[in-house]
Amino acid sequence: MRIDKKILQDVANNARIRLNKEEEEELLGQLNDVLKIFSRLSEANTDKIEPSFQPIEVKNVFRQDVVKPCKEDVLANIKNKEDGYFKGPKAL
Amino acid sequence: MKIKEYLINVKSGKTSAVKNTKSILNEIKKINKDYNYFNNITENLALELAEKADKNPRGKLAGLPVSIKDDICVKGVETTCSSNILRGYKPIFNATVVKRLIDEGAVIIGKTNQDAFGFGSFNINTDYEIPKNPYDKTRVTGGSSGGAAGFTALTEFPHVAIGESTGGSIAAPCSFCGVQGLTPTYGAVSRYGLIDYSNSLDKLGVISKNIEDLEIVFGVIRGHDLRDSTSLNKELSKENSVKKIGLIKETLGIDPKIRDIVLKKLDESGIKYEKISLPLASKYSLASYYIIAMSEASTNLNKYCGMRYGQEEKLNLPYNEYFSETRTKYFNKETKRRIILGTFARMAGYRDAFYLKAMKVRTLIIEEYKAAFKKYDLLVSPTMPIVAPKFSEVDKLSPVENYMMDVMTVGPNLAGLPHLSLNAGNFNKMPVGIMFIGNHLDEKKLLNIGKKYGI
Repeated sequence: MRIDKKILQDVANNARIRLNKEEEEELLGQLNDVLKIFSRLSEANTDKIEPSFQPIEVKNVFRQDVVKPCKEDVLANIKNKEDGYFKGPKAL
Repeated sequence: MKIKEYLINVKSGKTSAVKNTKSILNEIKKINKDYNYFNNITENLALELAEKADKNPRGKLAGLPVSIKDDICVKGVETTCSSNILRGYKPIFNATVVKRLIDEGAVIIGKTNQDAFGFGSFNINTDYEIPKNPYDKTRVTGGSSGGAAGFTALTEFPHVAIGESTGGSIAAPCSFCGVQGLTPTYGAVSRYGLIDYSNSLDKLGVISKNIEDLEIVFGVIRGHDLRDSTSLNKELSKENSVKKIGLIKETLGIDPKIRDIVLKKLDESGIKYEKISLPLASKYSLASYYIIAMSEASTNLNKYCGMRYGQEEKLNLPYNEYFSETRTKYFNKETKRRIILGTFARMAGYRDAFYLKAMKVRTLIIEEYKAAFKKYDLLVSPTMPIVAPKFSEVDKLSPVENYMMDVMTVGPNLAGLPHLSLNAGNFNKMPVGIMFIGNHLDEKKLLNIGKKYGI
């Protein structure tokens, strides 16, 4: 398996990262080298093996979803805000 | 001075925490000019906490200076993970670890340098000035907790550093800087308030000059936390005796001079050991680790998009371009590389071959370790395959060669196993680390072996 320019552009676009031509060239070589290491895993026999999404068994912790006032604090770290809301770019 | 003696002196009023804090803050400022260990020195907070400790020295850590890795939230203190995109971010809450430290009277002295978001083994991927090795300024500290380990090595004052490891970020800099570092069992220390790199791998731990200091602080920060859904609600195993150790055969193919320093240190323990082979962990850990770490990192870093916190841009750009603009401008090269690799490994069509496969291989590796622990109390290996390299040497490494440096440390991290890196001696005046690995929750065995060495 190889990452070609088209795949790289799709992935970068999905990740919302822009790459210039030089960066694309540099990354293509590097990513394919890393991919060779990743591909070693195909040699491992994992038939009937369950994935370990955590390294140790953990149980979910639940609590009541109680709303507490915190609006001012939450908005403290940003300039783009208005009337107690975060402000983002126009969606349409 | 060991912290136990210092803490007794603060309690009895013989030592003033404020005076000590002023002295250590001066030392940090002086050291930082040359070594870049701190991103942020929290002078006001430190003095405020020290005054409290002097007035009421009842806490277990009353007056103790503690440094915090920059990926851990301290309320009102700029916390950036050494990244440009989080410049200016001041958390509105304390991480559980920070809260527990402050509740016991600790004095938070500052935020330590790291690779941005933890992405690195040498601490050269920081968006701040690069920290330098305490033994040789032309060499790296190791990463990603480089500032924590470097300052621990150089300071003359009682001090303990809180670090964090995803794939070896505590053990690696400890090895290169000649200090001791405990990476606990996954879930033994709360991750609440840690800025995630890879949720199923991240572990907060302790870096110190000696084991006694480390044990005292670990005792304060560990334990169940309802605010972290992956926090373990289990006690540490009581058993602390170490009778037999397994030496991991596949980790010995390094420079014989470094290997011999590690073996000599192992002999010194007087504990029976024999060679053991871990073929699966040795062959697959690196690939499995990097796929999982990068996949999880790429989702975690999606939140940095110029909204809610961190760097932001003017809102006149079209919707998607706004996010691309912010992320492209503020993420560094290594961050972009890992996000792209992680996004690729999770994409439709590749997910099963990479991400899911890596999770299954992790199961095999955990089983292999567990089988070894039926026979051995602890496992052991060198911490790193080399001593701290020069900046000029690291500059020549490709990304793959960079990632290969973690070959010893990724296994226990992937399996969530506690591990302790101890200084084993020096090679050409540079420190060499020995790494003991325990079964889940076997931290007491690790601490015991550290004490046996009198470190």
